[in-house]
Amino acid sequence: MAVTASLNLLVAVCLGYVALLFLVAFAAERAALQGRGGWLRSPVVYTLSLSIYCTAWTFYGAVGYAARSGLEYLTIYLGPTLVMIGWWWGLRKLVRIGRTQRVTSIADLISSRYGKSTLLAVFVTLIAVIGTTPYIALQLQSVTASFASIAQADPNAAPLEDNRNIALWVAVGLALFTILFGTRNLDANERHHGVVMAIAVEAVVKLAALMAVGVFVVWGLGGGVGETLARIDASARGHWQVDGARWAGLTFLSAAAFLTLPRMFQVLVVENDDERHLRTASWAFPLYLMLISLFVVPIAVVGLETLPASANPDQFVLTVPLSQGQGALAMFAFLGGFSSATSMVIVAAIALATMVSNHIVMPIWLRLTGGGAVMSGDVRHVVILSRRLSIAAVLALGYLFYRVSGGGAALATIGLVSFAGVAQFLPALMGGILWRGATRLGALVGLSLGFALWIWCLLLPSFGVGVVISEAVLTQGPWGWGWLRPQALFGITGIDPMVHAIIWSMLFNAGGFILASLVSFPTPLERLQGAQFVNVFQHSARTQNWAGGTAQSEDLLVMAQRILGPAQSQALFQDEARRQGLAGYLPEPNPDFLARLERELSGSVGAATAHAMVGQIMGAATVSVEDLLAVADETAQIMEHSSQLEAKSAELTRTARQLRAANEKLTQLSVQKDAFLSQISHELRTPMTSIRAFSEILRDGGAVDPAMQSKYAGIIHGEAIRLTRLLDDLLDLSVLENGQVSLNLRSGLLSEVIDHAVAATGLENGTLRLHRDRQAEQVMLQTDLDRLAQVFINLIANAQKYCDAQAPELTIAVQARDGELLIDFIDNGAGIPRAAQAVVFEKFSRVSDQKAGGAGLGLAICREIMARLDGSIAYLPGQGGAAFRVTLPLAQRLAAQ
Amino acid sequence: MSRKPQPLFLERRSYRQRRLIDAARLLPVLGSVLFGLPVLWPSGPEGGLPTSSAILYLFGMWILLVWLSLVIARHLRDDDSDTAGDSPSQPDAGGWR
Repeated sequence: MAVTASLNLLVAVCLGYVALLFLVAFAAERAALQGRGGWLRSPVVYTLSLSIYCTAWTFYGAVGYAARSGLEYLTIYLGPTLVMIGWWWGLRKLVRIGRTQRVTSIADLISSRYGKSTLLAVFVTLIAVIGTTPYIALQLQSVTASFASIAQADPNAAPLEDNRNIALWVAVGLALFTILFGTRNLDANERHHGVVMAIAVEAVVKLAALMAVGVFVVWGLGGGVGETLARIDASARGHWQVDGARWAGLTFLSAAAFLTLPRMFQVLVVENDDERHLRTASWAFPLYLMLISLFVVPIAVVGLETLPASANPDQFVLTVPLSQGQGALAMFAFLGGFSSATSMVIVAAIALATMVSNHIVMPIWLRLTGGGAVMSGDVRHVVILSRRLSIAAVLALGYLFYRVSGGGAALATIGLVSFAGVAQFLPALMGGILWRGATRLGALVGLSLGFALWIWCLLLPSFGVGVVISEAVLTQGPWGWGWLRPQALFGITGIDPMVHAIIWSMLFNAGGFILASLVSFPTPLERLQGAQFVNVFQHSARTQNWAGGTAQSEDLLVMAQRILGPAQSQALFQDEARRQGLAGYLPEPNPDFLARLERELSGSVGAATAHAMVGQIMGAATVSVEDLLAVADETAQIMEHSSQLEAKSAELTRTARQLRAANEKLTQLSVQKDAFLSQISHELRTPMTSIRAFSEILRDGGAVDPAMQSKYAGIIHGEAIRLTRLLDDLLDLSVLENGQVSLNLRSGLLSEVIDHAVAATGLENGTLRLHRDRQAEQVMLQTDLDRLAQVFINLIANAQKYCDAQAPELTIAVQARDGELLIDFIDNGAGIPRAAQAVVFEKFSRVSDQKAGGAGLGLAICREIMARLDGSIAYLPGQGGAAFRVTLPLAQRLAAQ
Repeated sequence: MSRKPQPLFLERRSYRQRRLIDAARLLPVLGSVLFGLPVLWPSGPEGGLPTSSAILYLFGMWILLVWLSLVIARHLRDDDSDTAGDSPSQPDAGGWR
């Protein structure tokens, strides 16, 4: 069906389309307000909103570009593709920072990274305005040109006398739309759902339109894929003909611009609802770019073939269907181009207006009216008004540029020139989020150098020779300085002007940025922000900048109400008060709350302004070195405290260990005592039993035979002696322990004492072999010789009883050392088990139960005796058997001599 | 306070995730190489590569990259707040990460 594309119909369709967009935006806003906006925040909408990258310049211009230069147009799409598939490197971080810091624009991000610098914000805003205005003009021109193309094909229409009126109406219409939906709410956190939805619809329309034309060209005119490819090869663009430097340079440029264009930053970071959307966009947006550039070459080649040589390749998307009588298709294509132009202008205007309003208008206004806390009335309407005026001003600038430049061919290159302009943000932006050492001075120096070179090498020459830069300057340099020629800096000629400008501006920009960062010193606030940005994934999302203060909560609330609106700020304050446990009262202005409030405010007026406003109330605009030192002090105190605690806990552990050991010993002693009690009753019981039995026999006259009587009496006597000895031992120990013993000091030879002991134990008749060194034993002693002999007897008797060797031996070794006399009794038996060594001298201690000879008092008595004699007795481990060392002080021996 | 001994065997899933993150990081490098190759092609009106071949190559690689990106994005876990692959940040200011 052939619909003639009349101008009237076009205007009608156009107005209908605009009405539809209004409706979509309105419905989306309503849905979001009523909380039914779940589908508004889908990754698909996010991906589609990114398509504002594809403006009218790419919609119409790509075909023209391909018709003139072949496949080079692809670089414009390859760069963003690489950025998107590499989202894990930069975009993810950028989006996270944008969300945690409540960034409102690229100027806001750069300024807050470098210590919330107002100067940087203003500078970035100016560059963005200068770089974007021509681009807006380009969109106006493309709409006008497409109107003209349709009008030419309409025989009934009167020739358009003045295209500029169309441009004006378009500009006014766009301003209205943007103001209506772009400044509906202030807080950047409440995204512009209406606008985003409208541009998502437009994204679908422009993709569908371009693909429809493409399909028509390939299958309607070209005769299928194979045929079309053959026709492409046969055309004037049939061979690969791309300058390698331009290919690489433009790919880099488009990648950089994708990140730094204010409108791209707006949709990528500011309007992002959910970081996870990036995951989908990482593959979906490259797919979109691929699809939109798929049919560009076929359209260009068919256009070149079928249309007269005088036809403007930039309009092929429209003129090819028109020439084939496809009015409806042409209309669709027009709507696609219209969508591309309007969506770009709307978002660019919002982004620029936010920057201009937050970083230029509001600071000036605040200064003029004397500051945040003291002004009267609601600031919100001021902010909104300033945004609306900024939007109008941005569009007016674009229109003016279009008028002044005459809408001629000069605009054609503006797309890339504009890209190169905003790409100057790249070093400051990426350096800022990747390198903590980047400073404000570095960003300023880098931006200035890059911006200056961009103006000199690219912007001024782009207006055409003789417009701003004369032929002479271009060929000879200013004032004849050849090394300053705009397209051959430092005398290096032969580089493509675009590549030349990119290389030098980016080199000087990045170089200046790094060098100035290295030599300058950041302020504390810069360092804090730098750490927050670079380590955004480690830090909890917090911009801690207020260290205590005297801010009045009331003042803060008054200020917040003026910016956020009464309802929202009261809700914020109430929520904070609840969190602080002060429900019903105003919250304490603690650092947490101030940081949160500042973040909320910065969503409306930008970080630098919000910081300044809170700062005026707080009376402290920056973090001082003292604050940082205080923080460091606190840390040191905490560390010291914890080390003290550690020492105390070590002490406690030691004490506990000692207590445990003591407790073990006590338990063991108690067990021994119990064992002894049962032993002693057994020991007492056995002799008593036999005494009783035999005495009963004697009493009852059971033993008539005197020999038997005498034997029984002997047994009774022996048992009585045993009992007496046992009781003597106990008494002896008790006396010794209580210190009631009286010593009978006498002089005598040690050898005699040992002789006496050996004789008393009956060793001469036993199996135990004795080794003695009689020479060493000739020592005169002055001590209680009887008691000493008692110790020796005990030790020798022990050896007799417990030495379990085949041929038991006992060695008595005597030596004098360090003023002491050491007498060792060493046998060749198994010795005393390690566990028993600790308790062998305790009372009632018995090494083994089966060799029950005594009551376990012998060694205990020995120890007590030796303590009375000022000596000691100890078990000597590691001698190949049981070994006891008796130590006597030698002074007594000397005194005796 | 004794440090916990490092486990000898990493959890398979988190290991996969880290390698997937590596792949996500390397993808733009691969893309740059693939899209950079045309610089080496013979150029010019005579003897230059046919445009149809160039189109087939470039768009083919484009689709390949989109597909790879889709696969990686699908398998990366949602809780990407951890920076498993990142080296721990230096406490000192300055230094590229």
